[in-house]
Amino acid sequence: MQAKSVKYRLGKSYGFQILTYILAFAIVVPLLAILFYIFRAGITRINWHFLVNIPKPVGETGGGIANAIVGSIIIILIAAVIAVSIGIMAGVYLSENRKSRLAYWVRLSTDVLQGVPSIVIGIIAYFWLVKPLRGFSALSGSVALAIMMLPIIVRSTEETLKLLPDSLKEAALALGVPFHRVMFKVIVPVGISGILSGVMLAIARITGETAPLLFTAFGNPYLSVNIAKPMQSLPLLIFNYATSPYTDWLNLAWGASLILLVWVLFLNILTTLLTRKWKVQL
Amino acid sequence: MESSVIKSRNFNASFGTNHVVKNVNIDIPRNHIIAVMGPSGCGKTTYLRCINRMHELIPGANSSGEMLLNEEDVYKMHPIFVRLKIGMVFQRPNPFPNLSIYDNVIAGYKLNGVKLPKAEKDRIVEHSLTRVALWNEVKDSLTKKGSFLSGGQQQRLCIARAVAMEPEVILFDEPTSALDPISTSTVEELFHELKANYTLIVVTHNMQQAARVSDKTAFFFLGELVEYDETKTMFTNPKDNRTQNYITGRFS
Repeated sequence: MQAKSVKYRLGKSYGFQILTYILAFAIVVPLLAILFYIFRAGITRINWHFLVNIPKPVGETGGGIANAIVGSIIIILIAAVIAVSIGIMAGVYLSENRKSRLAYWVRLSTDVLQGVPSIVIGIIAYFWLVKPLRGFSALSGSVALAIMMLPIIVRSTEETLKLLPDSLKEAALALGVPFHRVMFKVIVPVGISGILSGVMLAIARITGETAPLLFTAFGNPYLSVNIAKPMQSLPLLIFNYATSPYTDWLNLAWGASLILLVWVLFLNILTTLLTRKWKVQL
Repeated sequence: MESSVIKSRNFNASFGTNHVVKNVNIDIPRNHIIAVMGPSGCGKTTYLRCINRMHELIPGANSSGEMLLNEEDVYKMHPIFVRLKIGMVFQRPNPFPNLSIYDNVIAGYKLNGVKLPKAEKDRIVEHSLTRVALWNEVKDSLTKKGSFLSGGQQQRLCIARAVAMEPEVILFDEPTSALDPISTSTVEELFHELKANYTLIVVTHNMQQAARVSDKTAFFFLGELVEYDETKTMFTNPKDNRTQNYITGRFS
């Protein structure tokens, strides 16, 4: 009787173990499926020509996505500059003033901001920048993306700095170092790996955002580096070309999807590597 | 008559409603080692942190009365100038983990944005590390990170960092409580070397250490300065009953 019940329980335990394996593997399946599908559809398109040329008009074959790659890089870089400078400052404020009233409101608004749909942020950027400046521009797209990056950077900076021991700050203050230098020469450099990983994740997160760019950067069939004018970006190109009826454009969208996917994967891997390399041993 | 470098007059400190240092009057003579001892929670560390205005960094901290450095009230000076003249060494070694040993020594200059010629920096680093008896141990690994050293070496590095700024007074907040016995005796030997150029104020909860290293001893109890006298007198012939009880181990 007893031996039987033990056997039954062992069996149940074994079954449960197998179930966890299966479900854990199931997490990987969608990623693998996406990778496989996009690689199969996109890889044939990718060549040097595809990377350095702009799309051809309908009816002509060939063409590339150089305008979208350059545009995406410019838009994201500007967004990152805006979001990193504001976000790190706000994160420093939050970690230094844990209980102030302003800190409470900043935390609340970053949490709310994180939940605001990206299309809404696009519309806001449209009313704040596109309408007053009378024209779509890459800059307004950057601002919309920067707003999306802010909560991630602010909170990751705060969480990283909060974990640093107070003794570190006191060591610098006791040497007569003014507060701002303590922050930017000691606290932020020591926490740089955590802050950096937040920044990289934020960049990876916004790289594929389409909605905030629809009414801001707008898209551009030609190569443009003028941030005051409409500019193409990878997600916009995919959105526009994938919904078109032309085979050539559809292929272009597949290729662009692959580039975007590789880009995001690369950012994630780079984040892990840099975080490990820049980690300051306390 | 020897001159006093630090004088406190009716000095009080508190955290919110918790009155931790009560009406302390003390004169600290130049180039002496002063031990500040007392049981845990007696306000000795708080008093020490008031001298270089580190106390006020804690939210809710308050202080009143006069704290004079060379007859000038430190509470009327900018805290940054106070801390340049009064260095501090903490309970746990806290070298900057992002800086090399070399940069840790000159951190006070580097972090304040003072540009020094390379030769001058080299001189300060060698001089400061020699003073804390660390030069021979680290001269070949100056570019390694400060956290690469052992605990005792790190604490001496922190002392070198304070010494490099050429302050008048160096405060030590239980500097050996996180160190092993050998490192502790190395640091204690250093105190005698440093006395020639600086005034040292050492908070310790270790009576033997106070007896070993100091010229004068201050005994704090429940926030009051109970007794302040030559260390020899204090340990052989205490005037106050509470001091007597403390040094004979009646309470700790």
